[in-house]
Amino acid sequence: MPDRVRLTVDGRSVPVEAGVTVAAALANAGVASLRSSVTGEGRGVLCAMGICFECRVAIDGAPHRRACMELVRDGMSIATGPDHGLQTTDDGLSHEALDGDVAVVGAGPAGIAAACRAAESGARTVVLDEGLTPGGQIHRHLPGAEPPEAARRWIERLARSGAVVIGGASVFDVARHGEAFLLSAETPSGACAVTAKRVILATGARELFLPFPGWTLPGVMGAGGAQALLKSGASFAGRAAVVAGSGPLLLPVAASLAKAGADVALVAEQAGLSTVAGFGAGLARFPGKLLEAARYRAAFLGAPYRTGTWVAEARGAGCVESVVMTDGRKRFEVACDLAAVAFGLVPNTELARLCGCAMRGSAVAVDENQETSVEGVFCAGEPCGVAGVDVAVAEGEIAGMAAAGRADPAAEPALGRARASGRRFAARMEGAFSPRAEIRGLARPDTIVCRCEDAPLSALASCSSAREAKLASRAGMGPCQGRVCGPALQFLFGWDSDTVRPPARPALIGHLTVSR
Amino acid sequence: MVPDVVVVGAGIVGAACADALTEAGLSVTVLESRFAGGATTAAAMGHIVVMDDSEAQFALTSLSRGLWEGLASRMPRACEDERTGTLWVAADDTEMAHVRRKAAFYAERGVEVEQLDASDLEREEPNLRPGLAGALRVPGDRVVYPVNAARWLLGRAVGRGARLVEGAEASSIGARRVMTPRGAFEAGAVVNAAGAAAPLLTPGLPVAPRKGHLVITDRYPGFCRHQLIELGYLTSAHSPSPESVAFNLQPRATGQMLLGSSREFVGLDASVNRRIRDRMVRRALEFMPGLARLSAIRTWTGFRPATPDNLPLIGRWESIPGLFVAAGHEGLGITTALGTARLVTDVILGRPSPIDPAPYSPMRAFPKTAHA
Repeated sequence: MPDRVRLTVDGRSVPVEAGVTVAAALANAGVASLRSSVTGEGRGVLCAMGICFECRVAIDGAPHRRACMELVRDGMSIATGPDHGLQTTDDGLSHEALDGDVAVVGAGPAGIAAACRAAESGARTVVLDEGLTPGGQIHRHLPGAEPPEAARRWIERLARSGAVVIGGASVFDVARHGEAFLLSAETPSGACAVTAKRVILATGARELFLPFPGWTLPGVMGAGGAQALLKSGASFAGRAAVVAGSGPLLLPVAASLAKAGADVALVAEQAGLSTVAGFGAGLARFPGKLLEAARYRAAFLGAPYRTGTWVAEARGAGCVESVVMTDGRKRFEVACDLAAVAFGLVPNTELARLCGCAMRGSAVAVDENQETSVEGVFCAGEPCGVAGVDVAVAEGEIAGMAAAGRADPAAEPALGRARASGRRFAARMEGAFSPRAEIRGLARPDTIVCRCEDAPLSALASCSSAREAKLASRAGMGPCQGRVCGPALQFLFGWDSDTVRPPARPALIGHLTVSR
Repeated sequence: MVPDVVVVGAGIVGAACADALTEAGLSVTVLESRFAGGATTAAAMGHIVVMDDSEAQFALTSLSRGLWEGLASRMPRACEDERTGTLWVAADDTEMAHVRRKAAFYAERGVEVEQLDASDLEREEPNLRPGLAGALRVPGDRVVYPVNAARWLLGRAVGRGARLVEGAEASSIGARRVMTPRGAFEAGAVVNAAGAAAPLLTPGLPVAPRKGHLVITDRYPGFCRHQLIELGYLTSAHSPSPESVAFNLQPRATGQMLLGSSREFVGLDASVNRRIRDRMVRRALEFMPGLARLSAIRTWTGFRPATPDNLPLIGRWESIPGLFVAAGHEGLGITTALGTARLVTDVILGRPSPIDPAPYSPMRAFPKTAHA
């Protein structure tokens, strides 16, 4: 029996497993609806990685806490449902200041590699990571748990590198500070200001969520979201799952759900068979990837895998009970209590845009040293274009060396080669899995597009830009700051996201002034 | 068909002018460089407030607040109209003396007010810090969401046949004509309601952009009930110094808190100035320490169209035939939009106005300042 702690959930005492996130504990306790939206809909976990703010609950009297980002503690009091006023007068605001040569934002594969390379070459390196343990989304693991085998070497290397790692840190501002940069973050213990001569942004990617009728029902979550919730301690044993959307992530997600004891009723890839087959054939030139894909397929053998099929609607009273799937001609309904749906990944470029870095399409533009258009600001991994873990590591290493300024990345040509080959692979993948046009037509006039503010599609009809939609309909005005609806509006209407201003993440007012 | 009037600018002032002009039976075209309500209007707090800093300011704000009251029952929910009232907060006994003077000023002019002592204030707004001296409550003041109020006013005008042309940025205004990249628009009269951009179209208008910052929080229903302003606000608003801050907190209908205010003359640099934002936040925390625990979700900036004597520019611009001005409303444009529209409509139609329009004439003599 694992250790247990006792939570109070809406006044009810609930024993839960220790060491898991609040979101996972609540899922295991059968609480699917965590908050009541501004129009009164129940909402549950969507992204499970701190992006979407759908899982927010009041914790010990402090409202708007992300359940996916905090671990359970014995005696913790949780209130779900409508917005609660502030119930605490505890002013546990504390500030901490650090100084370094290189600050790395994010401790996924790119951030870890960057931090290792920078610290190993003698630069005083500080890593600010939103996760509870280093590893990023791909190597997500709970504190105290063994890191996944694939990440162990890097995580151990990070621990030896001399870099200072601050976990649970949401960076909400990066600003010029004389010749240096000042990063402001919220941490579990208060706020933290880091001054550094160079900044490496390794902020990873998030899932692309696109609106369809019923997508706001609790139980409909991201594909990576379901996986992240699983890695955060949720038990999906006995759940009936449908995995749908697009991209190579669907396979590993289905595999991990199956391994966790879920009954995977269907895996549906919206891209057509010829696209997927073509992509698979193309994989022959990347034997490592082919093997990976095959292994995932094997793990959930028995679950039907359909191409050219997508979710048209989620149905249920209060929670998802079924999804209606379609191939564009016929529709069929599949019963499920977990729908893991996402349409690929979107780079997290908010901090880079806040810094004023030039963009190339939806990705941050960088030079051969991973330096952005803003001198002293480097970027590595997914923000430079979604390309997966191998590219992220190579780019992280290059950025770490270049930012530390004591070694020339060009002296290690293998890194540049890994980056180039991985980027070529990514370019093929992007085209193959982009959502088909029919998906633009799924949302109905009353389908909510902005989940923070419950702005329906019909409210956007008369608008011609993301900014106008935001001002007139409130879409993008909520705490996720448009991270969910922004890319959806880009897909639906071709609108570019509004500008990024500090705070680039919600932050307590008492923390805004941390650095000055 | 040449319309009676072309209104340049679809901010709150232009929208209100279009509404009033069409209500009076005139045909109107509104030209907007981007989209309705997207510039200074979008950055405004939306506090509908009667001011006492001068007789002229009182007359216009009081007329305007009455007009807003008249619309209240018709405004859709998206306009977020709410009669929150204003509390002018006094920190000490000196400021309480000011509250008494202010109360007398309003009362003599028929505006309902109420003086709150320290314990009344604590009861009304328990999140203010203890030890404040009291406040003046102006219960009839209100809050609206400016963007949707402007869009609703425009919608009314369009419903009466007005034409809204978005994406038509005026490049110059001549006699009864406005030039845009989409061609010339002719009319019997032109109203320059271009906000901070008004002086670019009518050179000589003494309007300078005065930058402000606002911070909005997540939802905390009930955290505060009134629009709260420190009594020293007017000192900040009228200060000739290049920058100033004042405590100004607004409860939104959504349960969010909107926190201001700052004033700077820095041209048209819209970036967040973290130093002055932090000064503004610290000032607010002095009055309301509990704000520190509220989550801030966005910050933005905007440009108030400021004039040298703190009064707007409303009326005929005599050097160009057929040109009327409705600009320079500084931080009171949402409040005074409706009164402005009334005066503009009256002068165009040659009707008498309910208040003396002379103090707002753009042709008046101005004090010299470093900024305008």
